[in-house]
Amino acid sequence: MTDIAATAPAHGHDHAHDHDHDHDTPGFFVRWFMSTNHKDIGTLYLIFAIIAGIVGGVISGMMRLELAHPGIQYLTGWAQFFDASAGEVQGKHFWNVMITAHGLIMVFFMVMPAMIGGFGNWFVPLMIGAPDMAFPRMNNVSFWLTAVAFVMLVGSMFVPGGSGLGAGTGWTVYAPLSTSGSAGPAVDMAIFSLHLAGAASILGAINFITTIFNMRAPGMTLHKMPLFVWSVLVTAFLLLLALPVLAAAITMLLTDRNFGTTFYDATGGGDPVLYQHLFWFFGHPEVYIMILPGFGIVSQIISTFSRKPVFGYLGMAYAMVAIGVVGFIVWAHHMFTVGMSVNLKMYFTAATMVIAVPTGIKIFSWIATMWGGSMSFKTPMVWALGFIFMFTVGGVTGVVLANGGVDTNLHDTYYVVAHFHYVLSLGAVFSLFAGFYYWFPKMSGRMYNEALGQLHFWIFFIGVNVLFFPQHFLGQQGMPRRYPDYAEAYAYWHLISSYGYVIMAVGVLIFFVNILWSLVAGKKAADNPWGEGATTLEWTLSSPPPFHQFNELPRIA
Amino acid sequence: MIARLSPNAKTASLAALLALAMVGLGFAAVPLYDLFCRVTGFGGTTQRFDPVAAAATPQVLAQTISVRFDANVSPKLPWKFYPEHPTDTVSIGARDMAIFIAENQSGQPVSGTASFNVTPDAAGKYFTKIQCFCFTEQRLEPGQQVRMPVLFFVDPKIMDDPDARDIQEITLSYTFHPVDGAKKAS
Repeated sequence: MTDIAATAPAHGHDHAHDHDHDHDTPGFFVRWFMSTNHKDIGTLYLIFAIIAGIVGGVISGMMRLELAHPGIQYLTGWAQFFDASAGEVQGKHFWNVMITAHGLIMVFFMVMPAMIGGFGNWFVPLMIGAPDMAFPRMNNVSFWLTAVAFVMLVGSMFVPGGSGLGAGTGWTVYAPLSTSGSAGPAVDMAIFSLHLAGAASILGAINFITTIFNMRAPGMTLHKMPLFVWSVLVTAFLLLLALPVLAAAITMLLTDRNFGTTFYDATGGGDPVLYQHLFWFFGHPEVYIMILPGFGIVSQIISTFSRKPVFGYLGMAYAMVAIGVVGFIVWAHHMFTVGMSVNLKMYFTAATMVIAVPTGIKIFSWIATMWGGSMSFKTPMVWALGFIFMFTVGGVTGVVLANGGVDTNLHDTYYVVAHFHYVLSLGAVFSLFAGFYYWFPKMSGRMYNEALGQLHFWIFFIGVNVLFFPQHFLGQQGMPRRYPDYAEAYAYWHLISSYGYVIMAVGVLIFFVNILWSLVAGKKAADNPWGEGATTLEWTLSSPPPFHQFNELPRIA
Repeated sequence: MIARLSPNAKTASLAALLALAMVGLGFAAVPLYDLFCRVTGFGGTTQRFDPVAAAATPQVLAQTISVRFDANVSPKLPWKFYPEHPTDTVSIGARDMAIFIAENQSGQPVSGTASFNVTPDAAGKYFTKIQCFCFTEQRLEPGQQVRMPVLFFVDPKIMDDPDARDIQEITLSYTFHPVDGAKKAS
């Protein structure tokens, strides 16, 4: 990456110019509800993601509470909270509703809005020297579609969905459980919610692609773009190619449910396995959609706090492209047990393992970036280092699961749960926290509290490891995922896992204390609080940046 | 038309077209998957004998293979349905006929159609049906009993497939479903 800070325009001039225009900052309602400003929309997305994260996190806490001991303790009571006549069947259905809601909320309404909508909106235009996104009004449409989709999903929990209230299909919405197995409007609402969230993401992806291709400042060639922008560009293409397939797949679910078609119904010549193929053709790229922007964030942070440009910049950029491309041809490793021939399993095993190569390039390049660097372990940096550690653990179990033969044994066990929580709950979430601390001074104009940030990291780090590492053992012993009850033999590690949740929750509380404290009493942040390592364009602007920036485009040498 | 748009509108239109193409591909997956299963025998999809494409009568080998017949009825269909003989041993390559018996136990005429496949999955590519009641819809009058033939052979090429040549027994399974106006085959 070229050192662009040195050649950015003298920002003293920029400030004076921009402050002249601050009088046209709109009023509260217009600014936040009819927003077309990429920074305001980014802020809305981040607030939205935090709220959705709290909802999804509380649901996971309820699940860990139920799972702390064998037997069914709370489910029936919780179900009665919504429907006084609920019995044990409705209680168990409520379990399925919780696993479904937790998965969908965390994927579509927490990680994606935070990564792409939040940090992407905030920093892609700033990093490429653009005044705003290409289509500011469409940006607004994307956000509010996402918000409505979230309301739809939460609303689906209160309407009938088969054996109880809510959609209890799992986030995969497999047929026939989601078609003939779930009468009532809940699953229809959940599917509509996915349609809306998908449409919002596709619009967002079109917006990012247009912005990145057409609105870069003079001299900002594709090969000079910061890696975070590269990661969002690749992610936008993945969204554009994967989400329409999901839309098609779940539209066919809807017609199977309501209009008598038999796309996934063997009685009319359909095949439920087709749904699994379509879902995972979307679902596998989806996991890269969630993690690639995290890769970008971590690259910026490691470089900043090592005071060195990223090692192997081009390799890092094209590794993400390679991960994106290969991510489209490995989907059936999620369904090794549907009955595939040996040759097909061999192909999907080998193709899946190939992904470890570009991923390894990224891990080693981050380490090489730090090597010989002048490192400082500020809060964003420790989160980024935590990301590398956690993501590598999740990557290693991923290579284990990639084996068709091994997966026959581990499919749908807690080993899989542990694997994807290490790459997502720990990988993606650690990169989100890293990015949040890294850019918080820029977004709010105030420094966060370093001591609280470090404390948040260590408590969260210990908590999630206590929470998820034992789930590897449970999985290897055969504990199936998506079960509310289990044999006595699994009780020991389940209880420890639930303790881990409590530790993690304390860490999250410290995070909220830190945000509130910093917004009220945090030190004023300098334009560039991170020193010479922070070379991207957002650090040439004031903190927080002016309402409209780059009215005169910066020139990158 | 796209050439006259502004650069932003051009990029956005191309991106939107790409998304639309992927929606199309999602729906196109339905016939493509069906075709894929027919061609490769994926998931135990049986083959249908094509007298035009088949060059010559297949050679009959000395090896035999056991074929087991399985008959199921959807709970929504008031029929009794069973094979005349549960198993049969055939020479590989030789034509064989199996008889299935269906009986309408209700007081109304009912139409049904059968879905089918074979296990193990790898045998699907070599299990060739020449004639089958499952190719068409069956209509039974109240109390009517019919004997329905399946004419099939096991393709000798099965002996050349390392994944399939060790198969000792193939199970041919049928499930009869009611046909109603709303549930037309997709």
